[in-house]
Amino acid sequence: MSKKEIDEVSGTETTGHEWDGIKELNTPLPRWWLYLFIACIVWAVGYWFVMPSWPMLHGYTHGMLDHSQRDEVMANVRALQAARAGKEQALNQATLKQIQDNPDLLQFAMAEGKTVFGDNCAPCHGSGGQGAHGYPNLNDDVWLWGGKLDEIQHTITVGVRSSAQDTRESQMPAFGRDGILKPAEVADLTQYVVHLSGRPADPAAVRRAGKLFADNCAACHGAQGKGDRSVGAPNLTDNEWLYGPTPADIRDQIWNGHGGVMPTWGGRLSPATIKALAVYVHSLGGGE
Amino acid sequence: MKHEKFERNSILLLVGILIVVAIGGAVEIAPLFWVNGTIEKISGMRPYTPLELEGQKIYVSEGCNVCHSQMIRSLRDEVERYGHYSLAAESMYDHPFLWGSERTGPDLARVGGKYSDEWHRAHLADPRSVVPESIMPPYVHLEKTPLDYRDIRQMLEASRDVGVPYTDDQIANAQADLEAQVAPDTDGADALKKRYGAKVQVRDFDGDPSQITKADALIAYLQMLGTLVDFKTYQADAPGNRR
Repeated sequence: MSKKEIDEVSGTETTGHEWDGIKELNTPLPRWWLYLFIACIVWAVGYWFVMPSWPMLHGYTHGMLDHSQRDEVMANVRALQAARAGKEQALNQATLKQIQDNPDLLQFAMAEGKTVFGDNCAPCHGSGGQGAHGYPNLNDDVWLWGGKLDEIQHTITVGVRSSAQDTRESQMPAFGRDGILKPAEVADLTQYVVHLSGRPADPAAVRRAGKLFADNCAACHGAQGKGDRSVGAPNLTDNEWLYGPTPADIRDQIWNGHGGVMPTWGGRLSPATIKALAVYVHSLGGGE
Repeated sequence: MKHEKFERNSILLLVGILIVVAIGGAVEIAPLFWVNGTIEKISGMRPYTPLELEGQKIYVSEGCNVCHSQMIRSLRDEVERYGHYSLAAESMYDHPFLWGSERTGPDLARVGGKYSDEWHRAHLADPRSVVPESIMPPYVHLEKTPLDYRDIRQMLEASRDVGVPYTDDQIANAQADLEAQVAPDTDGADALKKRYGAKVQVRDFDGDPSQITKADALIAYLQMLGTLVDFKTYQADAPGNRR
């Protein structure tokens, strides 16, 4: 292009290209934009030297700061642990009863317990500990494996029928499914259990089932059907039902022998956290 | 340099394009040759068992990864809630990766062992039966649909083609191993544990011993997630593990 052509309307130089009488203006980038662009490039080059950036044959360039997100998160977690250390240590050293009696420690344990419960326990036991079909209510005073502080702590630590070596373990036989009892016998036992809970039942069936109950059920549930916490056998007389109250529900349980699994938390939560959780669960309403 | 020079000289423009594409290519492609250097040295990771692999395919086909991430980020509050931050090594046998970025539901990277099989069954069939405030849709068809695993051997072969170190023995016994994982106390289960390690969880996951369903596969996969790496032996501060 030998000579510059200036557009009359805008006063801007044209590129010399023309299509159907329309000429292309040669508008330069705004200066501020261009300088910002150059500054970004300079910043990036500086960043290479300061921060980890380029992959190498072995490893990567660490930069002057040798920054590591993993170091950072570990430092943050350690700082958090340090901030909590005093209270955690106090939790570790105190007995569960002492935690309950120390208002300061109790407040900390309740706050920690509530948070941990919401994240780990609520999916089964409900966000308020109200339980669900097959998952025990933690608000009432009915306990399968015991409602004292140390019993709750132990249940949380090892779980029920879990993968832990020393898990709380028991299994109700599937009397019907496995053919231990005949269908008619299961029907009679169902009436017997309805009778145990103080509700009207077929008297003839109850009479027939007396010996069946003594032979098959009493070993765990007790002769009176009051249950046995050492094997997690529920009390059948309190009208609280894990798998439902109706005769059909009870028959289903005798037939199939459902036994829920509670995971072991000993590997997932620290001993101090489990203590806080035990105190929290104990406080929900039914603690003994 | 004035851009007119490039615009008016096609050879110069061609050379310029070649240089720019070469730089872009080098930056994006070259690191792939050393990508193994980003994987931490850890003990415990193993290729997924055939049943777990089927479970992972269901996880993808049902779109679980659309709402659930499998990536515990290296942030304090994530580590506090979900456990140790995720390592690259933990997803090295995932094809595709299921890290996700959307968390409509919680992260599942370490969900294995957190809940019982029965909870998973109830929760998959009707999430609100156990978590009233949940907005997850029900997946009741999973426990009703038999698992179609006729192509399991080919799935293992395809995985091996993209770098998962399945042995010939594992591929030859893919179908037997899949069936053995839901049949505890059998010779097949012992053989499965011999091939994949003693920690493999063998049981009837869906509570229906009469058939192998999609729920069996998905629950087996979920119960395995995050349980493979032994973090007691992992040195987070070791130079090779810094990022």
